[in-house]
Amino acid sequence: MSKLRVVHYINQFFAQIGGEEMADYKPEYREGIVGPGLALQTAFGEEAEIVGTVICGDSYFNENLEKATAEVLEMIKAAKPDLFIAGPAFNAGRYGVACGTITDAVKKELGIPALTGMYVENPGADMFKSSVYIISTKNSAAGMRDAAPKMAKLGLKLAKGEKVGASCEDGYIPNGIRVNLFEKERGSKRAVKMLLAKINGKPFTTEYPMPDFDRVPPCPAVKDIAHAKIALVTSGGIVPKGNPDHIESSNATHYGKYDIEGVDDLTSDTYATAHGGYDPVYANEDADRVLPVDVMREFEKEGKIGSLYRYFYTTVGNGTAVKSAKAFAAEFSKELVADGVQAVILTST
Amino acid sequence: MKLELGYIHIHDIQLAAASKVENGVLYVDAEAVKKLVLEDEQIASVEVEVAHPGESVRITPVKDVIEPRVKVEGPGGMFPGVISKVDTVGSGKTHVLKGAAVVTTGKIVGFQEGIIDMSGVGAQYTPFSKTNNLVLVVQPVEGLKQHDHEHAVRMAGLKTAVYLGELARSLTPDETETFETLPLKESMDKYPELPRVGYVQMLQSQGLLHDTYVYGVDAKRIIPTVIYPTEVMDGAIISGNCVSACDKNPTYVHQNNPIVHDLFAQHGKTINFAAMVITNENVYLADKERSSNWSSKLCEFLGLDAVIISEEGFGNPDTDLIMNCRKITEKGIKTVIVTDEYAGRDGSSQSLADAHSSADALVTGGNANQVITLPKMDKVIGTEDYVGIIAGGWDQNKHEDGTIDVEIQAITGATSEVGFNYLSAR
Repeated sequence: MSKLRVVHYINQFFAQIGGEEMADYKPEYREGIVGPGLALQTAFGEEAEIVGTVICGDSYFNENLEKATAEVLEMIKAAKPDLFIAGPAFNAGRYGVACGTITDAVKKELGIPALTGMYVENPGADMFKSSVYIISTKNSAAGMRDAAPKMAKLGLKLAKGEKVGASCEDGYIPNGIRVNLFEKERGSKRAVKMLLAKINGKPFTTEYPMPDFDRVPPCPAVKDIAHAKIALVTSGGIVPKGNPDHIESSNATHYGKYDIEGVDDLTSDTYATAHGGYDPVYANEDADRVLPVDVMREFEKEGKIGSLYRYFYTTVGNGTAVKSAKAFAAEFSKELVADGVQAVILTST
Repeated sequence: MKLELGYIHIHDIQLAAASKVENGVLYVDAEAVKKLVLEDEQIASVEVEVAHPGESVRITPVKDVIEPRVKVEGPGGMFPGVISKVDTVGSGKTHVLKGAAVVTTGKIVGFQEGIIDMSGVGAQYTPFSKTNNLVLVVQPVEGLKQHDHEHAVRMAGLKTAVYLGELARSLTPDETETFETLPLKESMDKYPELPRVGYVQMLQSQGLLHDTYVYGVDAKRIIPTVIYPTEVMDGAIISGNCVSACDKNPTYVHQNNPIVHDLFAQHGKTINFAAMVITNENVYLADKERSSNWSSKLCEFLGLDAVIISEEGFGNPDTDLIMNCRKITEKGIKTVIVTDEYAGRDGSSQSLADAHSSADALVTGGNANQVITLPKMDKVIGTEDYVGIIAGGWDQNKHEDGTIDVEIQAITGATSEVGFNYLSAR
């Protein structure tokens, strides 16, 4: 098998053209390896070959972002690589942004596997970590020896279309995609070790940094409930018996919308729950316990509410990804608003 | 309180005319086991099968896994308040048939039973592919409600484990291990220099088939309390729940609670493993507030410097986990929490249903939504009829070639939140 073709991107400094005074250097393509490409080539061994290097000044790139991106992309495309690598940029901010920008463009516009590397605090890391793989490097060029084998290893995986492991396995900056891995020690032992480090004031790394939590403030109270159109929405899994849309018992991938015009009571013959997270006996006996259609109809007759919306929306909340739940609601809320619904009673289980 | 565990290593289980343990082989008289299980009028029939590590065998839908043990010295018996009288256990000597387990299966109870594959990719995800399993395929009488069905199967498993444990009573253990927790004052006097560490175990108690029992008491009805860690080794806590198979604690995991064991491994060396607190995960807000108030108050009262908090289940109990973590941290006690994740099949969703900055040291059992393809097995103990509706399955996830796609959520013990497994995520 022939060697994989790699194109490498570096700035004017790493090409030994000059420092800040040469940062306006325009994009140039050179055949073969330049500067830090040597360490990458060593790490690739016989599997891949750096066929060319694109050099560009950091100021030129950042001050002419679109033009420079287009010029650099053209040079990369012409070299027909199987893999593109930029940097590593370590803690150089403008170089990091350039590496991130061009890596992202190569991946999206040329469809060629691409990655870069930088220090976690490089501004380019936050900008691009969720769109491209960024190998986590030390904060100065002294970290090249450490970074090159990691970049080469992940680069080969990407070029060959192999499965990428977790961030701690393949050395990239966590990108928000959670990936499972088998550890050498069981969870309880890792917990004891982490606790010992915490007790002794030693560094430790949490296995899941807390997310920015999406807290939704409740809407103000409905002023005129006696004339409001109210909808019922549930994550308790109430569906017409037989679960016609096959909503999953856990980690639901979709929701159902069902017409309850003329329905005054949910009975064990007509409705049931699809939810796999609780004893279904009581919900199946009388689904109004989860989705209170019967009480809403009484309120409607008594004039306590304006009307009950003609449809109810339902899904299963059991182990369902927050992202999915958010997407469901974003979609059906539009229908609720369009149909003039003023309030929603949201029931769980 | 001091307990010696005597391990009799079991490397094989065989069905035989008489039950006994000989040269590391557990021989089981299937007829005797059936007779025992059929004492319960709610059970229509039971089959007894054996599954060994490495075999092309799938067990599903799995309800519980239990380790056969017997108390040979000291007060009480196995599973106090449920099988044995309610004496305080956890001291004296207990014999363990290490390497053997009782697994219960049969018609599905709820939606959340699991899968144990004895070989192939699925076997990597379940700790119970490494044990020799005596499997009870329990069928209930017609018309039995889910909660009665769950109770019947639970009792069948416990009774069988006790029956097998009895076979170890007069044997000489291959290996012994001793665990001791001293009363509060003595413990402080003995290890004045060591940090005092506790373990806060959250027990699944959401109700409606999500129940755990402590000395026979439904954990929904407890106020957080203190327990000697050795009490759980004698079956003081048992599983009665149908939470997703990947992260519920089967009774086996309570008996072998790995956080208890790994804290004991450091006890007297780097830490003083001083106390264990158990709390619950009820669904009402007032219960959540009360229980987390009490768990944090107990940690303070016990003079703890640091604790490990473990969750059981996901979603709703995430709020209890975060409340416990926040309130215990506010007492000036250092915390590590153990949980698992529901980050979606592509891993891009937020993993927990609640979050707080105090939860800065977290150990994860992995993303339960990861999808794997299980190979066709030569033999299925139980039935594959439910693999599409158990939590982690979906409609038509079984293919014509016999392979099955599932989220690892469906695999028993895959993402253990007491750290019994090796899986993690980043």
